[in-house]
Amino acid sequence: MDPAINVQGLTKHFRETTALDDVSFWANPGTVLGLLGPNGAGKTTAVRVLATLLKADAGHASVGGYDVRTQAHLVRQRIGLTGQYASVDEKLTGRENLLLIGRLLGLSRRDARRRAQELLSEFSLEEAAGRAAKTYSGGMRRRLDLAASLIGRPSILFLDEPTTGLDPRARLDLWNLIRRLVADGTTVLLTTQYLEEADQLADDIVVLDRGRIIASGTPEQLKQHIGARTLAVQARQEQDVPAIAAMLADLTGGHAEVAGLTISVPAPDPGHLPALVRRLDASGISVNELMLRSASLDDVFLTLTGRHAEPTGAPTEQRESSA
Amino acid sequence: MKPPRETTHHPRTSLLQGLQQTMTLAWRTLLQIRHNPWELGDFSIQPILFLLLFLFVFGGAIAGSTADYLRFVLPGVIVMNMVFVTVYVGHGLNTDLTKGMFDRLRALPIARWSPLAGRIIADLVKQAGSILLLLSVGALLGFRLETSISSLLLMVVLVLTVALAISWVMVLVGVLARDPEHVQLFGFTALFPITFISNVFVPVETMPGWVQALVNVNPVSLLADAARGLLVGGPVLQPALWSLLWALAIMAVFAPLSVWALNRRLSAQ
Ligand SMILES: Nc1ncnc2c1ncn2[C@@H]1O[C@H](COP(=O)(O)OP(=O)(O)O)[C@@H](O)[C@H]1O
Ligand SMILES: [Mg+2]
Repeated sequence: MDPAINVQGLTKHFRETTALDDVSFWANPGTVLGLLGPNGAGKTTAVRVLATLLKADAGHASVGGYDVRTQAHLVRQRIGLTGQYASVDEKLTGRENLLLIGRLLGLSRRDARRRAQELLSEFSLEEAAGRAAKTYSGGMRRRLDLAASLIGRPSILFLDEPTTGLDPRARLDLWNLIRRLVADGTTVLLTTQYLEEADQLADDIVVLDRGRIIASGTPEQLKQHIGARTLAVQARQEQDVPAIAAMLADLTGGHAEVAGLTISVPAPDPGHLPALVRRLDASGISVNELMLRSASLDDVFLTLTGRHAEPTGAPTEQRESSA
Repeated sequence: MKPPRETTHHPRTSLLQGLQQTMTLAWRTLLQIRHNPWELGDFSIQPILFLLLFLFVFGGAIAGSTADYLRFVLPGVIVMNMVFVTVYVGHGLNTDLTKGMFDRLRALPIARWSPLAGRIIADLVKQAGSILLLLSVGALLGFRLETSISSLLLMVVLVLTVALAISWVMVLVGVLARDPEHVQLFGFTALFPITFISNVFVPVETMPGWVQALVNVNPVSLLADAARGLLVGGPVLQPALWSLLWALAIMAVFAPLSVWALNRRLSAQ
């Protein structure tokens, strides 16, 4: 099976910034590839190169089997793009926005109208269809943006941080929409800053940091490596920290990370929490706080790079100084 | 190793498709007005207010009677309004660039030139509408065409040709400006002196010599003179030819410059 998206050695500089540094990945047709990374990791740059909006300095990229540089027009016929910032015409109504794209894609007036109607009802925008898009809420705008990307029934869809800024309810709705599209055979490249989102939607995840790939694999592989949850303990006294760190490492088999009085460790098993309580009790150590939480992008970064997930340009020493 | 340049031996949009896409995009720009009627005010109510203000406040003092002044000032106001309306080209383009709409269009399989062409065509339609409106208001106030219908049509074509040229300057402003507000600021700041150091409102003979020199080479004056000649009689050929020459010169400089600046902005963003 030929990959729907194939990227090899992609590199892009913006003056001194290296936005993409020898990046390679691929996605099979009908799957979701998650590009996971903090602000400034290079996610948007990668999407813009793949959507033919930006030329890379080096490397190759093909989408739907066509080269994004030499066969851009053929690529454009097959893709849908929902950018990081909802890009609809705010001065037009929702329906007019969809009609515009339909007409530009060569649909007849009647077909464009029918397709717009289909998408408006599918995306629960019928009631607002006659209002100017500038009056829409953030979630409605995202849905309209996504609907506009789907007019031409693209086989490959790029979604750049589609749920950033959405409330939890709207996020869940969008997740379900994306799942439906994938069930119908669409290949999706999704960028996100949320590990949970990549975990929920992606078949494969590529973790980007400052333009480089620092990890890739299925969500299961990544979670096994990182730990789906993090167990964190805040010691009451500094002298207890090494003992607690040793205890956590022993219990979970992972490497305990110390930051000030807080010790954290990836915890694959939720049963570790009660076990830890028993051990602390047995050794007579009292603590300020005990937490078991889902791993975040920050935990991924700690595990993979020993750094917190910070936007590019922020000093890496920040961790020590804030500890 | 440098990757190969984009080759042309694969299917693209035909010229006909490109023109259809251009018309669709022009339709989109005009449709925007429907939901933002205040925009209409800028190229309808505003010039009418200007016309009324000058006519009834200064008309008597400048030309002796409002009727005589109307003959003089209406063609001038048409030209002045045309110049200001071109700012919308830059404003709209910049909005598309900063709000991501331009990227949405560029990711579609459409002719590369159609977004810009659509905007410029929409502007010419707005311009034609404005001219028609001002002529109608003028007629209500007592303005009479003293030449012929073909002269009137020639005036419209001439004004639209110069509008097309100035639109390219506004494309450049739209590309260079940080946001739409700056387009308006730049645009109007640059256009105000050009339109007011002209013979739009006052005959050039009343001005001091050095100002006359400026006013006489100003394309706005030349176009206003040509418009007067074509609507109420008087010399036409010389001011019309000079206006056309200006339009060609402006286009020759600004069309390539604007396209270059646009491509530069797109490849750096
Ligand atoms: N047009 C641009 N000009 C200069 N630097 C840019 C530009 N676009 C992106 N960058 C830089 O490239 C890096 C990657 O940016 P981006 O791809 O937007 O990351 P992400 O989408 O993951 O937040 C960042 O350091 C960013 O500042
Ligand atoms: Mg981004």
